[in-house]
This record gives sequence, C-alpha cells and structure tokens, in this order.
Amino acid sequence: MSTVNHTQEPLLRIAKRDGISRPSAYAIRIVAVVLSLVVSGIFIFAVTKLNPVEVYKAIFDGAFGTSRRSWVTIRDTMMLLCIGVGLAPAFKMKFWNIGAEGQVLIGGVITAGFMRAFGGSVSTPVLLVIMAVASLLAGCVWGVIPAAFKAKWGTNETLFTLMMNYVAIQITSYCVALWENPIGSNTVGVINQQTKAGWFPAVFGQAYGLNVILVLALTVGMFIYLKYSKQGYEISVVGDSQNTARYAGISVKKVTVRTMAISGAICGLAGFIAVAGASHTISTSTAGGRGFTAIIVAWLAQFNTFVMILISLLLVFLQKGAIQIASQFNLNDYASNIITGIILFFILGSEFFINYRVILRGKKEGEVK
Amino acid sequence: MTSAQVIQLLQSAVCFGTVIMFGAIGEILTEKSGNLNLGVPGIMYLGGIAGLAASFFYEFNNPAPNKVVCLLLSFIAAFLASALGGLLYSFLTITLRANQNVTGLTLTIFGGGVANFFGGSLNTMAGGVGQISVAATSSIYRANINNVTDLGVVGKLFLSYGFMVYLAIVVAIVMAWFLNRTRTGLNLRAVGENPATADAAGINVTRYKYLATCIGAGISGMGGLYYTMDYIKGTWANDGTIESLGWLAVALVIFATWRSVNAIWGSYLFGLLFWVYLIIPGLGRKDIELFKMLPYLVTIMVLIAISLRKKRENQPPASLGLPYFREER
Amino acid sequence: METVAAVQLRNITKRFGKVVANNSVSLDINRGEILSLLGENGSGKTTLMNMLAGIYFPDEGEILVNGQPVTIASPKDAFNYGIGMIHQHFKLVDVFTAAENIVLGLEEEGKLNLKAAAAKIDGICEKYGFQIDPNKKIYDMSVSEKQTVEIVKVLYRGADILILDEPTAVLTPQETDRLFDVMRNMKADGKAMIIITHKLHEVMDVSDRVAVLRKGKYIGDVATKDTSPQALTDMMVGHAVTLNINRPEPKDPTPRLEVSGLTVYDAMGVKRLDNVTFTAMGGEILGIAGIAGSGQKELLESVAGLQPISSGTSIRYRPIGHPEDKDGIELVGKTPLQIKQSGVSLAFVPEDRLGMGLVGTMGMTGNMLLRSYRKGHGLFTDRKAPKKLAEEVLTELDVVTPSVNFPVRRLSGGNVQKVLVGREIAQEPSVLMTAYAVRGLDINTSYTIYNLLTEQKLKGVAVVYVGEDLDVLLELCDRILVLCGGQVSGIVDARTTTKEEVGLLMTRFKKEGEPA
Repeated sequence: MSTVNHTQEPLLRIAKRDGISRPSAYAIRIVAVVLSLVVSGIFIFAVTKLNPVEVYKAIFDGAFGTSRRSWVTIRDTMMLLCIGVGLAPAFKMKFWNIGAEGQVLIGGVITAGFMRAFGGSVSTPVLLVIMAVASLLAGCVWGVIPAAFKAKWGTNETLFTLMMNYVAIQITSYCVALWENPIGSNTVGVINQQTKAGWFPAVFGQAYGLNVILVLALTVGMFIYLKYSKQGYEISVVGDSQNTARYAGISVKKVTVRTMAISGAICGLAGFIAVAGASHTISTSTAGGRGFTAIIVAWLAQFNTFVMILISLLLVFLQKGAIQIASQFNLNDYASNIITGIILFFILGSEFFINYRVILRGKKEGEVK
Repeated sequence: MTSAQVIQLLQSAVCFGTVIMFGAIGEILTEKSGNLNLGVPGIMYLGGIAGLAASFFYEFNNPAPNKVVCLLLSFIAAFLASALGGLLYSFLTITLRANQNVTGLTLTIFGGGVANFFGGSLNTMAGGVGQISVAATSSIYRANINNVTDLGVVGKLFLSYGFMVYLAIVVAIVMAWFLNRTRTGLNLRAVGENPATADAAGINVTRYKYLATCIGAGISGMGGLYYTMDYIKGTWANDGTIESLGWLAVALVIFATWRSVNAIWGSYLFGLLFWVYLIIPGLGRKDIELFKMLPYLVTIMVLIAISLRKKRENQPPASLGLPYFREER
Repeated sequence: METVAAVQLRNITKRFGKVVANNSVSLDINRGEILSLLGENGSGKTTLMNMLAGIYFPDEGEILVNGQPVTIASPKDAFNYGIGMIHQHFKLVDVFTAAENIVLGLEEEGKLNLKAAAAKIDGICEKYGFQIDPNKKIYDMSVSEKQTVEIVKVLYRGADILILDEPTAVLTPQETDRLFDVMRNMKADGKAMIIITHKLHEVMDVSDRVAVLRKGKYIGDVATKDTSPQALTDMMVGHAVTLNINRPEPKDPTPRLEVSGLTVYDAMGVKRLDNVTFTAMGGEILGIAGIAGSGQKELLESVAGLQPISSGTSIRYRPIGHPEDKDGIELVGKTPLQIKQSGVSLAFVPEDRLGMGLVGTMGMTGNMLLRSYRKGHGLFTDRKAPKKLAEEVLTELDVVTPSVNFPVRRLSGGNVQKVLVGREIAQEPSVLMTAYAVRGLDINTSYTIYNLLTEQKLKGVAVVYVGEDLDVLLELCDRILVLCGGQVSGIVDARTTTKEEVGLLMTRFKKEGEPA
C-alpha cells in the first residue's frame, strides 16, 4: 500500500514565536535602528555627497552641540513624551486614539486664551493653575466625545478621532485670526512678551526645567497608574479581552469613557505645556504633527512609559540633527521627516521578526510548548 | 452675491473636489481589500512631487519641451511613486504584519518629508521659493476647451477645467463598475469583508490585498499630481496643504460610505462647504476658518449616522484594519 | 452490478501533535447512497471529512476517487474531484447576495453575469426542491437559508460527493425534515452523500448505511435497516470504561441554586434554553450532559449574570446555613458585579479559558487579581495577596511556568486550566460551575481536577460539572442533568444510570407540542 506523497512544502514558512527573550527582542530592534541609520546615511550621501560619518557628527552637534540646543532637544523630547504618555492608557485599552493632535491643540488654544485674557489681572502661579485645569478639561472633552459614541453605538473611533483633529485645527485657525497680533501678521505673536504673565517660571535657572519636571512626573505617574492602580488593571483587562472584563464584572463602556477622559486630558495638558512652557504663542503647528508621531512612540513602546522616553529622545535627536545638517549644508528641514520615516519603517518591520519565525523549507521546526 | 461669485464658487468647488476625489477613490479601492491606509496624505504628497520633479527636470534640460513627453513623464512618475508608497505599506502590513494604523501614519510622515524636502530643493535649484515652474507641463494639465467653444455660463461651469477633472469622474465610475459588476471586483470585496471565506473560495487574499493597495495608492497619488499641476499651476509650496487635503480624502471615503460614485458629488459638496464663505458677505478672515471646518463636521455626522442606523451596506468593509493570517494548526 | 465506490479511504491516519485524531481509518463511500458518520464529540468525524475536503492533509494513508489515487491538498483540489463539504460554520460573506456568494472565487469564462447565475441557481433549486432567493442578502437569511446557500454553492460547482457536517445542529425539526427530503432527491440523482451527526433518530431516518468512529478509530459499518438505536449507541460509546474516580457520598445535600423556567434567546432570536428547571445541591456534584451546543454554555452564563434572560425565569441562591423556608437571593436581572456584591460566592470556570476566564497577556499573579482587585479602599491594587495566592496555586497544583509573572497564554492548556481552577476555588465559593473542565488535558491533570471538584463537594459546595465524556460524568457526578436542544430531557442518578440511558436522553429530541 503506497503512501500519499506530501504536497510541496512552500519555500518559506512563517510560524508564530512562542515567546522571545527580552535581550533578543531588543537586539533585533537595535539591529533595525542601525540598519535604518545606514539607509538614512545612504540617502543623505546620495543627496549631498557628504561623508555620512560627518553627517552623523553634524546631527549630534545639532542636537547636543550647545547647551541651548541640548535644552531645545530636551524640551521637544518632553513634548513628544507627554503626548505619548497621554496616549498610553487609550492604546493599552486597544482604543485607537488618533486624535492626540486635536486634543493637544484644543488644550493649547484654551491656554493661550486664558493667558491673553488674564495675563495682567491674575498672578502667574494662579494663572498657571487655571490654564492647566482648563487645558485638562478641554482635552478631556475632546477625548470623551468619540469615546462616548464608541461605547454607546460602536462608532469607529479611529476615523472619529481623526476628524476631531481637523475640527480642532480650524478652531485654532479661528482663534489665531481672532487674536492676531500684530494685525496682518497671521500669527498671535508672543503672548505677554513684556510681562511674561502665565509663562512657566525658570526652575533651577532653566527655562524648560518645569516642563521636564511636569512631564517626568506624568511619565512616572502614568507608569504607576497603569501598572498598580485598580483602574489601570481594568484597562489592561478590557484591552486584552472584553469577554473576560464582563466575566469579572467590569463595565467596558465605563472604562472606555473614563480612560479616554484621562487620555484626552493629558494630551490637553501637553498643549498647555507647549504654550505656557515653550512657545508662548498658539498656531496650528503648535502640535506640529507630534500628535501623530506620539501614536507611533506609544505603539512602539508597547505602552511602557519609560521606554517612551528613549524612543522620544531618539526621534527628537534625529529631527534636531537633521535640521542642523539642513541649515549647515543648505538643505531643508524636511530631511528630518524622511529620516524619521525610514527609522520607523525599520522598527515597525522588525516587530515581525520578534513575533514570528521564518522557517526555510526542509528545516524541521523545533517542537514548541 | 453676484452670479460671477456663484460661478467662481462652483468652479472652486469642482477643482477642490477633484483633488480629494482622486485621493478618496484610491483609498476606497484600498479599503475594499480590508486595508485601512492612513498614509493617503503621504501618498498624495509622493504623487505630487514625483510628477512635478519629473517634468521639472525634463523642462529644465530641454528648452523646447515636447508636450506629450511632459504629460506622459509627469503622469507615469506620479503614478509609480504613489504606487511605490502603497507597496511599502503593503509589504509592512501584509507580509510583515505590522499594524496598519501606525504604518499608515508613518507613511504620511515619510511622504510629506520626501515631497517637501525635494520640493524645497527644487525651489532652491530654480532660484528661490516660489520660483519653480513647469509652465509647459502645467499648461497641458490646465488646457480646457471653454476658450474654444465659448458657451457662456454652461461652458464656464462644465468645460473650464483641465482634463484631470473629467478623468476623476471617469475613474470613479469605472471603479464602481469594477467593484460591483466584475468577477475580480466581487472577489476583492469578499477579501475585505471576510478574508477567511475568500481564502476558502480559492481567492489569493495576499495578491488581492497587494494589488488593491498599490493601485489604490497610485490613484490617490493622482490627487497630488492634479494639485501641483493644475490647482497651484505647476509650482510647489511647503505649506502642508496636501496633508490636510489628504485627510479630507480619508473623510470623503467615510462620507461616500465606500462607494466611489458617491465620492463624485461628495467631493464637490466638500469643495462647496470649504469655499462657501466666498459668497457669504461680511465674513471676517476668522469666520472663514470656521467654515472650513464644515467638511469634517459633516463627516463626523455621517460616521455617527452609519453607526446608529447600522444599515449593513453602509458599514466599512467588515475586516477593515484587521490583519489576516490563515489559521495554522 | 456494484460499480467502484465514489471515494475510498485507505488507512488514513492524522495526528495533531501527540493526539491521534484518526487512526488508520478505511471507509468506502458509494454513489446513490446516504452514509451517516456517527460518533461522539472528539471521535474524529470532522477531521476525517476535512481531509476529503482539502482542509487537512493526511499523515498516512491513501484516498481514491472513482478508483484512482488522488492528492487533495486544498479545497480547490477537492472541488476538482467533485467533493464539496458544508461546514458547521458557514463560510459566507454577509453583505453579499446568495448568488454573489455562490459564484465567489469561480474562474468562469466571460464577465460576471449574476442573472445567468441566478437562473442556474433556480434550476438547481427546482431540481432538488430547495427554496432560495438568489438576490437575498445573507444577513437577511435564517440559519437554514444560509445552509441552503452553502449546499447550492457546492452543487453549483458541480460536486457529486457531498459532505454535511452536523447540518441539523442549527435547524428546527421542520427544517430538518425539509433538508432530508432534499438529500433524498440528491441521492436519487446518484450523488454520494455523507452526513456527520450524533443524533440517532436522524441516522435512522435518513441514511442507508452507518459508519461509526470512536476515539479516532473506525469501529465498523452497518446497513441502517439492519440496526437499531440501541445497537448504534453501543457501537458509538463502547463498553463503559472504569476510571476509578473517587466518589464519596454527597455531604448533607441542601438546595443551593434553584433554577426555574430558565429561557434564553440568543442575539439572533433563536431559543437556546427552553424552560429549564432544576436545583443544584450543596455537597453534591451535578453533572450536565448533552451534545455540543445544547444550551450548556447559556445555562452557566445565565447563572453568572452574563446572559440576557427572558422574563418568567427565576434563579434563586440560598447561602450556606440559610433557613429552608426563606426565599434565597434572586440572581436574575443582576450584573456579575451585583451578584458578587449581594454576597453570592460564585465560582465559574468557563469553556473559553483564555478568552473569558483569564487575561492571557498577564501572569498568574495578574490573573489572581481578576477576582480580588477591587478589595481595599485605596486607588491601588494589593499585589501581595494575589502573589501569595499565585504561589500557592503554583505549588499545590504543580503549575509548570517559568514564574508567576509569565503570561498565561504562553502556558500549555493543562497549566492554563490549573491557574483558572485554582483561582476560582480560592474564592471559597458556595457554588462552583465548570464547563468542559478537562477538555484537552492529559490524564494526570484531569484527575487533579476531579479531585479538586470532589474536595469542594465535601466542603459543602454545590458543584456543577458540564462534561462531554460520559464515562467521567458517570463516575464523578452524583446526579446528571441531560440537556437536549435547550430542554431538560432528564435528571438521573449517576450511580444507578447507564451510559446507554444517558446517551439516549442526549439524542431524544422532543418535537414541539409534546409534553416536556
């Protein structure tokens, strides 16, 4: 009696990994980053014919060359980190909050409004508290609206939050036109330039000291909230399996709305930090696409807020460096977006090799379990 | 409000609508395969800059450019560059199984970076910001027969546009025919609705997803090409307009409830809503900004309405945004 | 006279890891005949047929179609040999019409012509007596209409060997009768038909020949006219196996959970439970037997507060030491949290362990928290107690895991179940419900679970054990409630009943209108 022949096994087979040790996972990611830097280097060389090593030196110089540059790098890192921290609870719940850009802007707009209105009448510490609370609330509202519709009717949150961004952008444009200063400039100008009312005070002699303290406090706080609080536990359960959540008596709707309130509020606060702690003005580029970049930061960090520090720093470092080489070699700033894109593509692609194994034909798969 | 103003409004609406119509039709094709590509703005950027760069270098090196070459070169370059963007997205999400949303957003960052970087460089080469000009190519894209026929208002309303305005309508109709009336279209919709069922019926899910995403990206990129060649007359500005138009294209897909024929009137309606301030007297500049919010607000309303009514035909493709792997036992 | 069989299976063996799903099965399938493939859950019926349909590939053995050896590596290959299978889970696109689903993926000449397809579909329907509107959307269809679409889809592709996997599980008796009429028409047309089922009266009703599988092995075949339900049951279940499960006498049985008139409809409006009434006693193990999908899941989830329940139902809970004459606590209308807050100590081991009972991405400690994280007034969870509990479960139940923080979804099935059962028992419940508690577990782990349940019984807990292995039910439980089609078809004493009696109760469908 003959045995039926096996059909030809495909050349490459893909199998899910049962788990990979942490060091190997990080090794894969580091390889991905290195490869992406090589590719970026080739790109820069192709465009500029510059020695890539020189270019990377210039990048480092751009990010950390002077004390001021270092502080700008740190300031922007904190900004990106803050939004990423805000997104962490939503993403951990598997709620696609693509609306950070809008939540940041709406928080920034309200901050700028209060700063203009009460700059002369209320002392700066009180004003800062008012602005912080207002921005928290504004971001919260911006986050809760799509969450409530999702919880009640299952409205697609990815597309809803995306649209909310542009509503916020147009509100910002409206306010910029409303508060234009000087007339005809199409900008709000620096608010309270003379009095510095409502500006972050220097801490330890550093203009951006308070930004760092606030954002790092949020980072630690969010880490603890997600990992040790009862609400954080509920978020994890809902994100893993809504059936298990119901089994354990957790109300999925309540958790969805509450978590998005928190997520939106922190993004709103990021807008407050951006306006009161950095630019002291408001424009549609106050968020500057960071709301989108932060999504990628939060995703890649797998919601671990401390890992977000590293990723944010890496991205901002490259951006600042790219801007530096752009001005040094007469290119333009957008080179930084290209490099950011290349690096992110590589890191995204590398996740595959962390989660899956590729098996060549003929090789026996080791018995798992 | 004069009739001239109304005509201008309608013309602006059509031109504006054409940009996002291309973007939306391409994205409809992509989403019908179950891929939610949030890289549309980036892809439109890629299409715009590739078309512009191709004709710029041709015109830059040829004092007397051949118009047919201008057209073919820019058109093919734009399509290929955008389709390449789609290929990158497909490779990451389908083969490497990366998350669709994150990959799409990265593509938007990357495409915007590439376009503005080279756009800025071209401007520099051409002698300064706003100096880049591909007059010969742009004139082909903007050629219309209204001047020849002179039919008055009718001519102004229907014949005063470059050929891509009509091409967009044709593509939308062909797309509807393809999706609803052909075997391949039926198979593609099955892939986006229920890939496991499609797989069981012998349909190559991976191939369909790749092709739909790449060709869809190519069509979306035409929106960028139309924008640079016709809408802003063969120039380049690093002002982020394409990005906001790209997101409107994504919004239009929802508004059209994934039907390309709806995208025709939907896009013109978006254009109308965007430009409606032109005919409202006494508006300040700030009020105009509020009016520009309308397309997004309308889209949110539609999004809520379709989730409320739960009419099955209006829902997004059932597997939209979800990866598909055949179960391995 | 007898021509060559349509399909011949020769010594087919299929393994999944260490489990042998089919062990050297040989079987002939003839044209113009309806063959019943009979066997208990897990006896390998569906696996065997899936190899004919190109879903799985046999590890050993040979398949012949019309006497020729063939290789069936994909559903497409199966179609090419005229083999079509109607699966239990329909593979249909909801927003498409029947006609669109039927032509999906076909590589016919020319352009898509749904009108021509509809005409062809009408022709098929007329020939065999189906009723189906080619232009109706799937989402508007009843389950039986969807099944018809699946059958027509297979016929449209020219199949003359049809496999139906438990086609009647989702049908009403009237729909079943109609399906059988159609099957007889197809038989008269010379098609070969295989129906997978474990309902004996249907086997007797429709088939010409019965082939029986038990635990992956081919037991034999008989002509339907020469056999009886009793003889088939004996072939299907085999002789009772002695398992030597320790079964002490019930300890002071007292009513704990009084369920009366429980009726449940699912989201599609299909009645899943029909007027179910019983009492679970503290100090005993109540077994629940029934073929898959007879309402077991709905029954347990109703008690746990996870199912919308129709009016007129009452589920009363009597705490330990509660006076007999007083009413207990009503559970109907309460959410899981309210049930817990009203002082009911209810433990539930659901069928879907990772999808419902556990959080797969968390370790043992995190999963212990699921029942206790609300404890204390502060904002933060207490991690010490669950960690201690996790360590206790780990040592007492011998859970094999690198650490108490290792994600449970990466543990083997037996260890996952130990974590789940360990946590539920640690609540010190007064009611413990388990669904298929030993499914997929090895012998040793199964006995560990049996012993844990018996321990709970001796503590006075009311244990409800939903099981599929009759031998286990007979030796572990004190009483057995048998569900059939959402109704209670009997409650028997596990010590005195026989496997055959329970088997018959499981398959005894009451037609509507008959007294319960």
